[in-house]
Amino acid sequence: MKPSDRSPIYGLMAEFDTPEKLLAATRAAHDAGYRRMDAFAPFPIEGLAEALGRRPSRLPWVVLAGGVIGCTGGFLLQYWSSVIAYPMNVGGRPYLSWPAFIPVTFETTILVAALFAVLGMLALNGLPMPYHPVFNVDRFARASRDRYFLCIEAADKQFDRQAIESLLKRLKASEVFEVEH
Amino acid sequence: MIGRAPRMAELASNLVIAPGHTPATVTDKIASVVLARTPRWFYLAFGISFVLFLVFLYAVAHLFAVGIGIWGNNVPVGWGFDIVNFVWWIGIGHAGTLISAILLLLRQTWRTSINRFAEAMTLFAVACAALYPVLHLGRPWRVYWLLPYPNTMQLWPQFRSPLIWDVFAVSTYATVSLMFFFVGLIPDLATLRDRARNRFARKVYGILAMGWRGSATHWHHYESAYLLLAGLATPLVVSVHSVVSFDFAVGIIPGWHTTIFPPYFVAGAIFSGFAMVMTLTIPLRHVFGLHDFITDRHLQNMAKIMLATGLIVAYGYLMEIFIAWYSGNPYEQFMVANRITGPYRLLWYALIVCNVLAAQLLWFRWIRSSAIALFFVALVVNTGMWLERFVIVVTSLHRDFLPSSWGMYYPTVWDWATFVGSIGLFLSLLFLFIRFLPMISIFEMRTILPEAQVEEAGR
Repeated sequence: MKPSDRSPIYGLMAEFDTPEKLLAATRAAHDAGYRRMDAFAPFPIEGLAEALGRRPSRLPWVVLAGGVIGCTGGFLLQYWSSVIAYPMNVGGRPYLSWPAFIPVTFETTILVAALFAVLGMLALNGLPMPYHPVFNVDRFARASRDRYFLCIEAADKQFDRQAIESLLKRLKASEVFEVEH
Repeated sequence: MIGRAPRMAELASNLVIAPGHTPATVTDKIASVVLARTPRWFYLAFGISFVLFLVFLYAVAHLFAVGIGIWGNNVPVGWGFDIVNFVWWIGIGHAGTLISAILLLLRQTWRTSINRFAEAMTLFAVACAALYPVLHLGRPWRVYWLLPYPNTMQLWPQFRSPLIWDVFAVSTYATVSLMFFFVGLIPDLATLRDRARNRFARKVYGILAMGWRGSATHWHHYESAYLLLAGLATPLVVSVHSVVSFDFAVGIIPGWHTTIFPPYFVAGAIFSGFAMVMTLTIPLRHVFGLHDFITDRHLQNMAKIMLATGLIVAYGYLMEIFIAWYSGNPYEQFMVANRITGPYRLLWYALIVCNVLAAQLLWFRWIRSSAIALFFVALVVNTGMWLERFVIVVTSLHRDFLPSSWGMYYPTVWDWATFVGSIGLFLSLLFLFIRFLPMISIFEMRTILPEAQVEEAGR
């Protein structure tokens, strides 16, 4: 985006004092056609992501991929090192003694799947993110305590300050703030 | 109980959180433990733990300089305190993962008040445990030889050996526990970032929180990640102590070579882990006044889990004796007779008193509802589980098939110094944790408040 296209503010943020009001307001704003928005709460609220029109998380597929990589990788590591790189005859037992390889294969499966779960969650959330405009609102510090916020971005196609302010007030926002870039 | 109106006290003791709390009060109360000034007792408690940790460092420095000859290990008893303490510590860690993962999947909301603390305990216990096999290597600076990596010696680990499985199991367990702990902390670190007044603290918590905003999208992926991690950690709990028990069960020594070991070790791990959670939470709850969050209901539930796993452990003891007789194997029979009547018999009796008899006290409701009684039962069980590890390791090794190779094992002052020192390491880490991180998960406590139960109004 060229600097000339940027609107003077990042967006408008409304504060709510209960999760019910936030959920209702999010639904109403989504119904009114706003798409570039996000809701903030100190704990996960059921249905909030759906109210914003978010699709189910793709994380399970990421974790499945991690599990498959860990499982095959762990087994191939043992196969390669015990059969090809360093074959050692222990009491005439086969080099590919696969039952003995199960515990390590299991552990590498879990390890890589868990690594993918954590890194995948951070990647999908865009974390670490050292700066974000929502923190410019002083009251936003309470989003990690006991207040609920809805932020509609200026980048939204329908963004119209007056309309949004009156909509948010109608939706029982206790206050509406401007969010600087 | 039907037909009698429950008294208020009884009702209150059944709650997982005291009435009247809101997201604000929960946040302030738990965060205040971290953000307030350091209480004076903390310096004393941490100081004593740190002195013990210095004892550990001294013992380890002497070990590195002289070698493992300073320990009591000898030829029939090649595994002494090092393996006893390894198994004991790693077992203690299991309760943390059980509370945080399995009880999450089973939707036991009471776990919320204790899971953070138990996870920290897991991490520190695994750290203590992992040190022992490394110290036992003789040349601990070569510890990386255990890992599969291309090297100029053209050697690869022996993947058919339970000792290598152990390396993978313990390192995976430590890594996954750390990730689970850290992921659970992220929203709370954001809370501390927003609430800390000290600039430096705000910076550090801010960096660790990585820019967490608590947005609906964040929570959306977060909940998915947390649940998946719990699902992955659940089989891991069962596997780690099973693999540890393979270290013994795959060996052919009488007293080790039994198929009951994996389930019996896992049950023992959970038994000792819950005992340790109780030993630590009961005093901390008192010191920090956290009775609203860690209620008597939590202690009662933990006591019930201890009773159940304690019975499984008792069944394991019984089966060991029964199978020794039933198998008709003279070496197995001698091993059992030697445990009960041999030179280490007093330890075996103490073990039965601590793990089997003392645990039966938990049948009584008045014991389960008295924090002080539970604290002492838990201490006794911790001791008993340590004795169990000692009896399994030492009495099996010291008299095996050939009487000409029999011997005795006596721990030396260095064995004791390392053991006591590792308790110092554990407590030092634990005190630093409760000082710098919230010991109860703040965001999860918010979710169990009535306010968080958002009704699907309208639609």
